[in-house]
Order: sequence, then C-alpha cells, then structure tokens
Amino acid sequence: METSLEEVKKQVVEDFSLYDEWLDKYEYLIELGKALENYPEEKKTDDRLIKGCQSRVWLDYWVKDGRIWFSADSDAIITKGIISMLISVYSGRTPEEIAGDDFGFVEEIGLKENLSPTRANGLASMIDKIKAVAAENVQS
Amino acid sequence: MLVEEIRKSFPGLAGTVYSRPLVYFDNAATAMRPIRVISKLEDLSYNHNANIHRAVHRLSAEATEEYENTRDSVQKYLNARSREEIVFTSGTTAAVNLAAFCFGESFIRHGDEILVSEAEHHSNLVPWQMMCERKGAVLKKLPIEDDGTVSLDVLVRMLTPATKLFCVAHITNTLGIENPLKDIVNICHSKNCPVFADGAQGIVHSRTDVQETGVDFYSFSGHKVYAATGTGVLYGRKELLEKMPPYMGGGEMVGTVKFTGTTYAPLPGKFEAGTQNINAIPTLVPALEMAEAMRDTELEKYCEGVSEYIFDALTSNPRIRLFGVPRGAQKKAPIFSFVVDGVHHEDIALILDKMGIAVRSGQMCAEPVMDRFGVTGMVRASLAPYNTMEEAESFIRALERAIKMLS
Ligand SMILES: Cc1ncc(COP(=O)(O)O)c(C=O)c1O
Repeated sequence: METSLEEVKKQVVEDFSLYDEWLDKYEYLIELGKALENYPEEKKTDDRLIKGCQSRVWLDYWVKDGRIWFSADSDAIITKGIISMLISVYSGRTPEEIAGDDFGFVEEIGLKENLSPTRANGLASMIDKIKAVAAENVQS
Repeated sequence: MLVEEIRKSFPGLAGTVYSRPLVYFDNAATAMRPIRVISKLEDLSYNHNANIHRAVHRLSAEATEEYENTRDSVQKYLNARSREEIVFTSGTTAAVNLAAFCFGESFIRHGDEILVSEAEHHSNLVPWQMMCERKGAVLKKLPIEDDGTVSLDVLVRMLTPATKLFCVAHITNTLGIENPLKDIVNICHSKNCPVFADGAQGIVHSRTDVQETGVDFYSFSGHKVYAATGTGVLYGRKELLEKMPPYMGGGEMVGTVKFTGTTYAPLPGKFEAGTQNINAIPTLVPALEMAEAMRDTELEKYCEGVSEYIFDALTSNPRIRLFGVPRGAQKKAPIFSFVVDGVHHEDIALILDKMGIAVRSGQMCAEPVMDRFGVTGMVRASLAPYNTMEEAESFIRALERAIKMLS
C-alpha cells in the first residue's frame, strides 16, 4: 500500500515540528538541500528556471504511468532544501492529486511567514510552478 | 559622546527578532529614526497640519515656516551658496530623475556623451540611460578598478569634448568607497564637464560641502540619514537649475497661468510642483542635527574601532572575499559587501536573520557591480554610528556559524 499524499504531508509537518528553534528548522532544510540528488548540469536551462526567486531554482519533471516526477536544483542551499521538501511530497503523485491539493501544510510548517518577503515569493513561485505542471497534465 | 547614549535616541534599535536582540546592519538601505524625527513628524501632523505657501491663515504660515526653515538647514548643511539651490524631492531616485530629465532637456543634444561610473546604484544609472535614449545621446561607462575605486587617470582619458556630465556616487552603496569629489570635479571642470554626485551614502558617512568640492549636483534621501521616508534633496548649482525647464507641471510651480501660456515660478518652486511631503520634509532638520551630533570625535573613534574589527575579521578569513578594499588613500565607509566561497549570499543572509542579524543580500540595486566582480550577488553589512562593538562581534560570530552550517 502506498502512503497517501495526506500521510506524506503529515509526516513532513511532524519532521519539522521536532525543531523548536527557527535556526534548527533551517539546519534541517540545509540537510534536505544537501541530500537532494544530482541534477544534471545540462538541465539547468532558462526554461526550467522558476521565476520570482532571488536565487536560481531549476525544476524538471516527467510523466510516467500517469504520475508526475520532479527533480530540482538551486544555487542556494536553503532554497534547495525547500524545493527538495516540496518534491519529496509531490513527486510520484497523479496530476489530479496535485492539482486538487491546497498546499496548506507549508503554512503548518510555518515556512511561509518565516521566510523573507522575497523568499516567500520564491516559495509561492515554486508552489505555483508545481501546480501549473499538474494542471497541464490533468486528463480532461 | 558614548554609543550607549546615542542608542537611546533610536527606539528601533532596541527591538528583538525571533526573541534575539536585533543587530541592525542594513543601514545603507534605510537608517533607524531617532525619537526627535518621529516626534517632529507627529508634531507636524498634530499641530501644524496645513498646506504650505497658499493660504493666509495661521496654520498655513506655521507649516510654511517649518518647510522653508528646512531648506535653510539643508542649505547650511551642504554649504550651498543659496537656498534656491535646494530642491525638495521624495528621495534620491526622484532627485536623479528630475535632474536627468531637465538637464537633458536643456543641455543634451544628439551625439553628446554622459559618463557614468560603473559602481553606481541603479538610481544613478537608469535615469541617465533613459535620458540618453530620449535625446540620442551616448551613455558611457567609466570602468572602476579592481579595488572598486574610480581611477582619476581613467577619468581624464574618458572625458571627451562631447562629455556633458559625469555621474558618480560620493560613496558607493555596495563597495563603500568614498570617491574624491574635489579631485573629480577639478578634472571634469577643466574639461567643461559638470559633475552629478549621488550623495545617498555620502551624506551619512562623510562631510558634504558642495562649494568646497565644487559639485554641480548633489542628491540624497532623507530616510538613509535618519529622516522620515519620502523626503529627499536635489542640490543644483543655480546657474544650471535656472537654465533647466520644470520637471512636472502643476500647482505651486507657476507664475501666471493662462490657457494661452504659463510662466513658471522662480527657483526652487519651479521644481516643486504640487503638494510636497510637507509633514515629513521638516524631519530633515532634527535628522541632520543628529547626523552632525554623531560626528563627535569620541564616537567617531569608537566607530572606527568597530569598522576595523569587522574589516580585519572579514579579510582574515580565507573563504571570504570582501569587495571594495582601496589600495590607495581612498576612504572606506562602514559598508562591507562580501561573498563566501562556495556559499550562496542569500543563504548567509537567511541564517544571519535567524540569529537576529539584519544584513542585505543580492545585487543591491547595482547589477553592473555584480557583473564587474563576476558574482550573482553579495552579502552586505552596513553600519551606522549607533552600531556597537558587541553587535560587530555578534555579527562575526554568527557569520562564522552560518558558514559552518552551510558548508
Ligand atoms: C548610492 C545610492 N544611490 C541611490 C539610492 C536610492 O535611494 P532611494 O531609494 O532612497 O531613492 C541608494 C539607496 O538605496 C543608494 O545607496
């Protein structure tokens, strides 16, 4: 039995709740960033860049057996941690699942209000991009 | 004067972020405001709120007096020859745009050249670029040296008979280098080229004497020198301002208005169309008094110590590359922009923020400077005289910790 999207999100929120201090939450994000698998250099193209972030974030995806798979990279490690956290949740889900999700768990982690305004935009842009990819691939 | 005394005047410094004491090192973006500035703004809003110049009633006379007295204070502060040379604007950006548009209209023809230093804030670059496009003039870059300074030899070489203006920061916002305005002006004037100096940082960290330096234009923002936001000044030499057409049309800037034609008010009214930021402009008075007071010998010595400490810590770490370290005699203001080998500038700023330290990261509105040094951005710690040694130490400790976390 695969874990449901809800369960995965709940797990992420729980993981972050282990850290009381903001600094520790960031330390955790840095770890997630460092652990993100090698993203191929040749896919660091402008059309894969997510617009609206202070640092550069590339997002690549492919669809296989009706599910969307993401891979990503960034030149800033915290941003990389955030996108890593997002794709760990949404990679391998169906377009319908992603498109129908409210991404509310991000606020539960508290990331949204705690990131600087430009960064908050970056986060919003990442979420928008993932949503847009899902919407494009929903079977009508 | 002791730094502790000064700090009591700036309530914003006492704040905490994430339950840690705030270390505010983003002063080059905007400075904290002293109580006297806040009270002035309040006093004007409560007790002297009326539109200026226009009415005969008592309140209007009071407001006008506050506003026009401010012009006298600024004139004195800059040592301008006359009060008519002081034009109030909403800030540096507005001042440069005004100057660029009006100077362009009067003095720039097709094929003329405007020389702009490479180390400028976008505010002292883009308006000139727009004007050049409009007038068919050529925008030329004066390349800066590896240490961030403007070379006078290069300046001499770049000035041509077609150069109609040289635009340069008094102190640059990324590198903190103080440019030798007097020498620059001497060189430029010997070739009949006026000088526009962007004083947004210079007004904070240096003495500004427009007569002694001989600059033709000087601009600054109130909010960077402890006044309220939405205030600023364009100083222009009277002979030039008089030849320049108005910028915006509207109330206040006129002599007589008929449908057949309008005459314009004399200086400086000609450039102050519409209702100005009348409640806020007078905060420039206590703000500049504060700036003056902080030029106290004892405090300056203390600040130098703080600066030296940061400078030494940044330059002794082999992973840190500090930009704008003058090899020659140029002075450096306490504006420290750097990158850390292998670590993104934004990551550093985010981690420092979590430790209560406010710094800037990114291009700092000076993309050509980033390109010049081959980086996508920098981290900038910019200090004001109210910053303490303890804050500096906590910044360096936090920076070291951030580097460790991010490596
Ligand atoms: C050197 C310099 N010029 C211009 C500006 C623009 O100032 P303002 O945004 O207040 O108009 C700044 C401030 O960021 C600056 O540091």
